[in-house]
Amino acid sequence: MPGPGAGVSGAEVAVALAGTGAVVSDASPADAVAGVRPACVAYPGTVEQAAGVLRAAASLGMTVVPRGSGRRISWGPPPARCDVVADMTQMNHIIEHAAGDLVVRAETGVLLGQLSKVLTEKGQRLALDAPAAATVGGVVATGTAGPLRLRYGTPRDLLIGITVVRPDGRVAHSGGKVVKNVAGYDIGKLYAGSLGTLGLITEATFRLHPLAAMSAYVTRHYDDAAAAAEAVLAAAASPLQAAAAEIERDGPGAPVQVGILLEGTPDGVSERADRMAALLGHGARTALTPPGWWAARGEAAPGALGGTLIRVAFWAAELRRVLDAIELVAIETQLRPAVGGSAGAGVLYVSLDAGEDADQVAIFIRALRAATGHGGVQDPGALARGSVVVLTTPAAVQASVDMWGPVPGLDLMRAVKRQFDPANTMAPGRFAGGI
Amino acid sequence: MPGPAQDGLPVAASPAAALIPAMTRICGAAGVVHEPSQLATYECDGLTSHRTAPALVVLPETAEQVAAVVRACAGAGVPFVARGSGTGLSGGALPRSDGVLIVTSRMRRVLDIDPVSRRAIVEPGVTNLSVSKAVEPFGFFYAPDPSSQVICSVGGNVAENSGGAHCLKNGFTVHHVLGLEIVTPDGELVWLGDGTGAAPGYDLLGAFTGSEGTLGIATKIVVKLTPLPEAVTCLLAAFDSTSAGGTAVSAIIAAGIVPAAIEMMDALSIEAAEAAVHCGYPEGAGAVLIVELDGPAADVEVDRAAVRSLCEEAGAGEIRIADDPAERARIWAGRKSAFAAVGRISPAYIVQDGVVPRTALSRVLARISELSDSADGVRVANVFHAGDGNLHPLVLFDDSVPGAGAAAEEVSGRILDLCIEAGGSITGEHGVGVDKSRYMTRMFGEDDLDTMQMLRCAFNPRNLCNPGKVFPTPRLCGEVPGVRRAPHPAVASGEVDLF
Repeated sequence: MPGPGAGVSGAEVAVALAGTGAVVSDASPADAVAGVRPACVAYPGTVEQAAGVLRAAASLGMTVVPRGSGRRISWGPPPARCDVVADMTQMNHIIEHAAGDLVVRAETGVLLGQLSKVLTEKGQRLALDAPAAATVGGVVATGTAGPLRLRYGTPRDLLIGITVVRPDGRVAHSGGKVVKNVAGYDIGKLYAGSLGTLGLITEATFRLHPLAAMSAYVTRHYDDAAAAAEAVLAAAASPLQAAAAEIERDGPGAPVQVGILLEGTPDGVSERADRMAALLGHGARTALTPPGWWAARGEAAPGALGGTLIRVAFWAAELRRVLDAIELVAIETQLRPAVGGSAGAGVLYVSLDAGEDADQVAIFIRALRAATGHGGVQDPGALARGSVVVLTTPAAVQASVDMWGPVPGLDLMRAVKRQFDPANTMAPGRFAGGI
Repeated sequence: MPGPAQDGLPVAASPAAALIPAMTRICGAAGVVHEPSQLATYECDGLTSHRTAPALVVLPETAEQVAAVVRACAGAGVPFVARGSGTGLSGGALPRSDGVLIVTSRMRRVLDIDPVSRRAIVEPGVTNLSVSKAVEPFGFFYAPDPSSQVICSVGGNVAENSGGAHCLKNGFTVHHVLGLEIVTPDGELVWLGDGTGAAPGYDLLGAFTGSEGTLGIATKIVVKLTPLPEAVTCLLAAFDSTSAGGTAVSAIIAAGIVPAAIEMMDALSIEAAEAAVHCGYPEGAGAVLIVELDGPAADVEVDRAAVRSLCEEAGAGEIRIADDPAERARIWAGRKSAFAAVGRISPAYIVQDGVVPRTALSRVLARISELSDSADGVRVANVFHAGDGNLHPLVLFDDSVPGAGAAAEEVSGRILDLCIEAGGSITGEHGVGVDKSRYMTRMFGEDDLDTMQMLRCAFNPRNLCNPGKVFPTPRLCGEVPGVRRAPHPAVASGEVDLF
């Protein structure tokens, strides 16, 4: 992967971008991306302007980091270089809500809250958990998902069409605005979760779901983690159609909260809630609102989430082993990790406070990878069955830990990056395997 | 890609034929087919209008053998095409006359079932339905259910991102495959995804699924298992017209109900089905709507009552409800037989697979009806997945009448134009293959196709892996229309349905 050369001066950048029609401003310290300050920020308002920004950048070999709301922009490793931040928040129109087709097409800078308001009026929703202040493009580019992952998957599962600007400034579409569509490759899959490394996402089209007539949360706390693990997995596998199966534990040795979301018709949900409560056992309670800890731990959480956040993915049958491993490593490192997330779907988030000692945090991450079997060198011929990815951590920890860990299929990913971004100008160094 | 017809010349001199000894070492003598009479078995998939006998067929039994076969092909610069059960409907597994056909039908082991993780690992030649059968004792099924599920392979489903009648609620293959071991076009074994749905890096698993065999060959597949629904109910409603049926569909969706499936048939396809299987649908109906609901028992009961009254409000005549499997099968019999059945009312037909936004259904059906009326000797029967706007118009014609084939092809192409104009797609589930590659430019611009080809170049830079599929090439532009002259042998024998 060719590395970007030396930075381009602010004056050069401004001149190059002047003809694109995009608003351009000098960068302030607040525009820094994981500590790397760009020369300027471009605010394209149209696809044409976005294309102009990337064409201009490509002509000068300038590096570009796309930005949505900016709330997660400093998650992940810093870019190897950043000349321009492409702020997509001016592209903020909902282009079409085809309610009868359960489809919405939106520009990349549309806020999830803005979208939700429009959809709710028609009794519909984008079945994703993401902060209201997040942008459509940001959610797609980061692959943000929360509790609804169990039933509805992640943004890639709901994305049915996409418009992107390639690093060479050409505009490409894939998919469309019908849910059932196998014409051509699904380029949207590549861009979902690509963290800005393949170009700018300018529009996204999603399939929608009806708002549930009723939602119920069946919760119970368990003193014994093994019993909690067994219960949450039984709930996820039951025919009671759980939309989410979550756990939360605020520290080693603490009780484990289990919460199951049921959605559907009022009669159906109340009947299922009774049966789910019986499944969870004595002490289970049903409420119409989520418990306070719901979706508070992971990438979909509304808060700032400083410190260290680790995503552990695994085959659900390993849940108890994963919980034990976290406990064990916590004892070894004398850290107090909190754990929560979509246990039923095999995804947990482990968080450590910002004030923890960087060396201990690095040891914790390495030990957790070893204990869960997701460390070491990835044999591309072997099924990995999980991963331990550090979503965010202080720079001092990043210095001694690979945030991504082993990545299956990395050689092919590098080949994709070379095809799409041969000059390596889009968010260089921020992605898996140093892409 | 129809190559030259078998010309009787010895093929031993061709680069593909020169691979026979190497292939025999890899797959054993029983795993290599090179006799012309035997090769003819493999000359087409479910789209029988395109036929090309491959130079050589191999039947590997392991992933390592597939990798070795692909390495041998790559080393010799010989193109190769993967084939599962050969039920595809767009010619995606059409062989190359100068190439090797790699048939995965001997790789049919279910390698692992993990009921707690709700995952299974299967080989690509395993049939779709046998995955559901294998996991049923644990209370699960494998959700994607193409109509050919009795014989179609999971590997083929991955290549085509197969749907099925029930994908309205449950999604497509891409939503149910969480890991793939593939043989890359260079012959390397690599895993895409890790079975969790949260693997780090680019979603190559998602990009590979539905790439129609052009990015490599899947050799192991991690599938997601779905809990069996507690209750299933099926409702059949007769309407005067597809337009009235369409009103009911819109009302059901607007009410926030997500049925497992919503299917519609028009008068002509009902007539064909009646002639073939005596399905006993309400007499004189201009359209029948089949709505299947599944899920927790209490919810299904509520939704069934709602669907019934919405159908009544939309003007439904007779409504039948089937709760037990035998009654449901009777309702589905007419729908499932429709495609094979049109053979009884027409000597030849072309099947299309266009998609329109659900709200455009009535408008597009009316335009299709105009097209059919204005074309001499061509009729169009409509059977479709109404819930997701996926039309399967059957363009009927008599291929013994000069010019009828061309007229049918014209109508068929115009239908796809209508779909694109309405904001839809040229294919909802059958794939592009060789059949629709020439329509790709109607749906996508040059930069769109160029971007897709960048992905192909990342995986398959030498274009030896299933060349000539998906993307239009000059050689395919003047292609013979996709006329279906004879049903797939398994359909003709009544073993399976394809649509």
